[in-house]
Amino acid sequence: MILTKAQYEEIAQCLVSVPPTRQSLRKLKQRFPSQSQATLLSIFSQEYQKHIKRTHAKHHTSEAIESYYQRYLNGVVKNGAAPVLLDLANEVDYAPSLMARLILERFLQEHEETAPSKSVINSMLRDPSQIPDGVLANQVYQCIVNDCCYGPLVDCIKHAIGHEHEVLLRDLLLEKNLSFLDEDQLRAKGYDKTPDFILQVPVVMLCPLAVEGHIIHWIESKASFGDECSHHAYLHDQFWSYWNRFGPGLVIYWYGFIQELDCNRERGILLKACFPTNIVTLCHSLA
Amino acid sequence: MAAVLESLLREEVSVAAVVRWIAHSTRGSEDNPGEAAALSSLRPLRKEFVPFLLNFLREQSSRVLPQGPPTPAKAPGASAALPGRPGGPSRGSRGARSQLFPPTEAASTAAEAPLARRGGRRRGPGPARERGGRGLEEGVSGENLPGAGGRRLRGSGSPSRPSLTLSDPPNLSNLEEFPPVGSVPPGPAGTKPSRRINPTPVSEERSLSKPKTCFTSPPISCVPSSQPSALDTSPWGLGLPPGCRSLQEEREMLRKERSKQLQQSPTPTCPTPELGSPLPSRAGSLTDEPADPARVSSRQRLELVALVYSSCIAENLVPNLFLELFFVFQLLTARRMVTAKDSDPELSPGVLDSLESPLFQSIHDCVFFAVQVLECHFQVLSNLDKGTLKLLAENERLLCFSPALQGRLRAAYEGSVAKVSLAMPPSAQAVSFQPETDNRANFSSDRAFHTFKKQRDVFYEVLREWEDHHEEPGWDFEKGLGSRIRAMMGQLSAACSHSHFVRLFQKQLLQMCQSPGGAGGTVLGEAPDVLSMLGADKLGRLWRLQERLMAPQSSGGPCPPPTFPGCQGFFRDFILSASSFQFNQHLMDSLSLKIRELNGLALPQHEPSDEDGESDVDWQGERRQFAVVLLSLRLLAKFLGFVAFLPYRGPEPPPTGELQDSILALRSQVPPVLDVRTLLQRGLQARRAVLTVPWLVEFLSFADHVVPLLDYYRDIFILLLRLHRSLVLSQESEGKMCFLNKLLLLAVLGWLFQIPTVPEDLFFLEEGPSDAFEVDTVAPEHGLDAAPVVDQQLLYTCCPYIGELRKLLAWVSGSSGRSGGFMRKITPTTTTGLGAQPSQTSQGLQARLAQAFFHNQPPSLRRTVEFVAERIGSNCVKHIKATLVADLVRQAESLLQEQLVTQGEEGGDPAQLLEILCSQLCPHGAQALALGREFCQRKSPGAVQALLPEETPAAVLSSAENIAVGLATEKACAWLSANITALIRREVKAAVSRTLRAQGPEPAARGERRGCSRACEHHAPLPSHLISEIKDVLSLAVGPRDPDEGVSPEHLEQLLGQLGQTLRCRQFLCPPAEQHLAKCSVELASLLVADQIPILGPPAQYRLERGQARRLLHMLLSLWKEDFQGPVPLQLLLSPRNVGLLADTRPREWDLLLFLLRELVEKGLMGRMEIEACLGSLHQAQWPGDFAEELATLSNLFLAEPPLPEPQLRACELVQPNRGTVLAQS
Repeated sequence: MILTKAQYEEIAQCLVSVPPTRQSLRKLKQRFPSQSQATLLSIFSQEYQKHIKRTHAKHHTSEAIESYYQRYLNGVVKNGAAPVLLDLANEVDYAPSLMARLILERFLQEHEETAPSKSVINSMLRDPSQIPDGVLANQVYQCIVNDCCYGPLVDCIKHAIGHEHEVLLRDLLLEKNLSFLDEDQLRAKGYDKTPDFILQVPVVMLCPLAVEGHIIHWIESKASFGDECSHHAYLHDQFWSYWNRFGPGLVIYWYGFIQELDCNRERGILLKACFPTNIVTLCHSLA
Repeated sequence: MAAVLESLLREEVSVAAVVRWIAHSTRGSEDNPGEAAALSSLRPLRKEFVPFLLNFLREQSSRVLPQGPPTPAKAPGASAALPGRPGGPSRGSRGARSQLFPPTEAASTAAEAPLARRGGRRRGPGPARERGGRGLEEGVSGENLPGAGGRRLRGSGSPSRPSLTLSDPPNLSNLEEFPPVGSVPPGPAGTKPSRRINPTPVSEERSLSKPKTCFTSPPISCVPSSQPSALDTSPWGLGLPPGCRSLQEEREMLRKERSKQLQQSPTPTCPTPELGSPLPSRAGSLTDEPADPARVSSRQRLELVALVYSSCIAENLVPNLFLELFFVFQLLTARRMVTAKDSDPELSPGVLDSLESPLFQSIHDCVFFAVQVLECHFQVLSNLDKGTLKLLAENERLLCFSPALQGRLRAAYEGSVAKVSLAMPPSAQAVSFQPETDNRANFSSDRAFHTFKKQRDVFYEVLREWEDHHEEPGWDFEKGLGSRIRAMMGQLSAACSHSHFVRLFQKQLLQMCQSPGGAGGTVLGEAPDVLSMLGADKLGRLWRLQERLMAPQSSGGPCPPPTFPGCQGFFRDFILSASSFQFNQHLMDSLSLKIRELNGLALPQHEPSDEDGESDVDWQGERRQFAVVLLSLRLLAKFLGFVAFLPYRGPEPPPTGELQDSILALRSQVPPVLDVRTLLQRGLQARRAVLTVPWLVEFLSFADHVVPLLDYYRDIFILLLRLHRSLVLSQESEGKMCFLNKLLLLAVLGWLFQIPTVPEDLFFLEEGPSDAFEVDTVAPEHGLDAAPVVDQQLLYTCCPYIGELRKLLAWVSGSSGRSGGFMRKITPTTTTGLGAQPSQTSQGLQARLAQAFFHNQPPSLRRTVEFVAERIGSNCVKHIKATLVADLVRQAESLLQEQLVTQGEEGGDPAQLLEILCSQLCPHGAQALALGREFCQRKSPGAVQALLPEETPAAVLSSAENIAVGLATEKACAWLSANITALIRREVKAAVSRTLRAQGPEPAARGERRGCSRACEHHAPLPSHLISEIKDVLSLAVGPRDPDEGVSPEHLEQLLGQLGQTLRCRQFLCPPAEQHLAKCSVELASLLVADQIPILGPPAQYRLERGQARRLLHMLLSLWKEDFQGPVPLQLLLSPRNVGLLADTRPREWDLLLFLLRELVEKGLMGRMEIEACLGSLHQAQWPGDFAEELATLSNLFLAEPPLPEPQLRACELVQPNRGTVLAQS
């Protein structure tokens, strides 16, 4: 699951301008049968998000919104049961869930006196039954369940995956008899930055190439693939901040990472794709 | 001045009298009348004698060693009688700063010639000489003869310029003979080079030429020789091939040459032309000369001068002890010189009556003189580090000239344990986050808290970037980081944020720069880092090894300017780049506070003990502790000095005249940043000079030119001068300052006196006290000064320039840097912690008794008791928090629940609630004191017992226990009585807001949540997987889909089965996931009811069988009923959108919906009323006409059923299925 940069780029290359549908995912799995599905999905999702970030602005000009809305209206007038919104999103290369949000916002602007608040929109996206227009509700729902990179369901899945891996890690720590403070405990104590776990007694992780091993004070679980973009963001927002407060630590990218990114070992940030097996704990004897 | 020296040489006065005359002007009575008379006439000149003597020696050495150092000009009136005095301007490059003692009178005409000569020598040789010179050095420098002590034959070097070499004959331009002293470029911006006596021949070409590395690391690549020529007739130059020579070859040649030399020795040197003569004479003069005691020219005269000189050193009449030692070492190790025989034929050995003749006429004279001086200072030498002692003991000249001294040195070397390791500061490690000082409660607002959070990260980002780049050529701190630092500082708006940042800055500074003796040295006042407890020596070893390889080998001569080595540079540059006056002010406040705190720390005092072995063990700890405190203080004081005097320091020369007067008038109004004068006075009174003076020196070393002129600081300098004079090393007595303590003070003070901003005349013009430095009579019997707190390690760490002595010896003794020089042993140090400060609150008789009790016990006992008291006291507070306060919080929570029940959901105003609760609960805080007392009583004795040695007498033990209990109780109760109410309030407040929050938006979080059963092995499918699977089914159902896409009924069944497993195993389930699962399951039910799920299966069966659908719905109902712990949005089943799904199906089948509704009611999942309401609202939606009709019928049908279905009714329904179908078909 640890990919070289070249391997990673080969996969990423296949993901250019691929819509985030279940069909695309299926094709990707066929193309790279040796990679784990979770890793592929994670890479797909991240690549797609990068793509959307790059093109986001052009879909949000008022001209674009107006044009999409008109096309939507025309489409549903013709056939309200057809996947108008989904097709539109795929056609203009935009995420279906985001397109749904765009049209919903535009719709509400037209039908409500005041501009809809973000929380109202979010709530309607979570539960399209609240959308006053039945056709739009169906269209929105269709977009959401067919989008595998954005939308409330995907967000929930991602959140659940993250949570599950934290639980997994916690169990492993308990199993190894390593005492720790978790995020909630740290927050309760008023820590300003909180890794998933801080080891109350640090451990040393032995590595074949490092003579002395690496000290680990904290562990962060990441249920995603560590690509350059996300890793740098994490370094800046989290990992270095943890180092700044707690010293060296370990990041577990459960779905793998680009090998070349594991370059801060000496500095005190270590990457792994699983829980390390070769750890040494502090002996309590007075030897 | 010369008159004094001459009368001395003529034996008109005794050395002792002269020294007495210099040191104690008023005590002439002890001298014999003749001497007194001879000297009294010279009284006005008394002050000028020492500068005269020093300059005289420098000049003499330079005269005999013609390439000698540019001798500093003379002190006023000191040298009129001297021939050949070069009194003119000093070296241009350094300006007045290079002068030891400024000239105050016009140069005599006699100075002209030597001056011209020297100037010509220094500047004259242009590039050609430089090139040649280097070629020469490189040609021979690959290998020095170990232990040869200057024996090595010197070739005439570069063949291209033999005449030049000879016109410029002797040795001093070569690094082999004299390492560069003072040639170090000025320190980084903000510091200035020191003024110093420049006894070594550092020619400009040397300082400009590329750094000479061959002694520290042998050149790897071949050295291109400079234009080999036929003229090369040097003994070994002949053998050298013109091109590259490998080091190995050179070594081989040297070896041969050496053996040749040994066979020939003693080789008389060839006559050389008269001093200063430009006549070239090739042979001999470049030969390393073995020094021969038999050939000393004027033994008696040298002895006398050496004695006077030594006495001046011993009486601390010279500003810098180690500088003089360095000079003497240079004389000892001088390699080659022009023989005096021909240089001054009129002079014969033994002529004493004049100073007309040069003092040093040969290398023999130099060595003889040096050895004479060294003999007088054996005690100092024997206290140098082991490496230096080894080099001294192995010095052949020493052996030759004074076997006795050599023997003593060897013995000292063999007995020495003073191995010194100057490890580099450890690599950066962050200051750990401490909730007590760093959490939200310590900030005025959320914004300040979060801003600081970001700043901490920016600070370390900058630090890391500096670590990565600062050694790269061309990298510039300001350019690279300046704007980012300023942007960060700009965000520190609140004053409180500044103090937080300064705390971080200061801690990081201490952490990175303070620990000298190895990684893992704990920062003072910090909890020991866990890393260091884990054996950081092992971990840090590689780092430090790496640092060793990169460490600069020269610290910049015997008197380097104040610098910021290593990591300190980062902090210096940070301050400069930040250029924030708020930051500087906060930093000064913080540094001052910490300095006061550390300076006032009650360090254990020396208590003479009979059991030597044990006290030795104790002293290890004491020394380490002292070293940590001292080094921290020095670091803090250095930065305080740097920041405090920063606004006044600039590149421009110091102001003079009226301008100076007005500046003085202004500056004298400004209160000092830290009252160092008082601290110094107190330190001296309390006999803690050994702690206070070294940091004060660091502070003062950054003073600007005006500072020493201010009355306040002048007082300080006078105190320091008096102290300096009083530190006579030979006077040792019980209760006085220890030898190494004195040596440390002499070294740091001597260094301070050489700092450019300290006026040159200060040392000599200040009327020194005629009496010994007077200390207050109320001083404690045994101050810190009398304790052996300084060891060589600390001495060399504080004064790395003392190591120059060793480098000098290593350089010339032929051992290369690799073997003899600067190997540092990496010594891991254990963590050190400062014991608790004694509680100051205990008073009265008991306190006095306790003091008395400790007085006669080993210091460790007191430390133990104080430590235990401090910890138990602190734990006591935490115990109260965990027991009493936690109970009260629980009470508060239940009271709050009651309140909420009686007042309804809203509960009322939280602030008001809090007040009510606090008024009820705070009175219980009074129990805290009693509980605290009980806790301390219970816990302290055991801890004391465990920590004291077993043989501690019972009475001592029980007293110690009682004192510990008392102190701990006092500490805990003081805190509790002051803070318990506030603590309870705070905790209750947190509990109230917690409870109210839980009351709020997420009702799912409330209520009891069941975990999985004990037998659960957590093998259920993961929730994320299930959501994803169900989502796929939903997307298939909603479409669009390919014709071949669909799900099998078995898959659906399996999915629901898995959902059940997941919901029963709560291990991985989080509330949002459960909510989404619930919602998805409802959507799935709706699709089942509307028969919208595309079914795969043989034979292309496109619709789910009724029976299968019911089975699946049953499974769902059971999941909703039994397994979901959060709310399930069942009303969505009757949302217009989901009911609308039915509208699309032809023919419409309502039976499943009706079935579902009935089951919902029956299982108690939904109330009838609720369903009725939903159905009612469905009517309001716009439907196709027929659909609305059917809906109305369904409604009626459902409503027509008995309101409270009995069990038998359900059975009856089960045998009467498909009523809906009938309806739909009707």
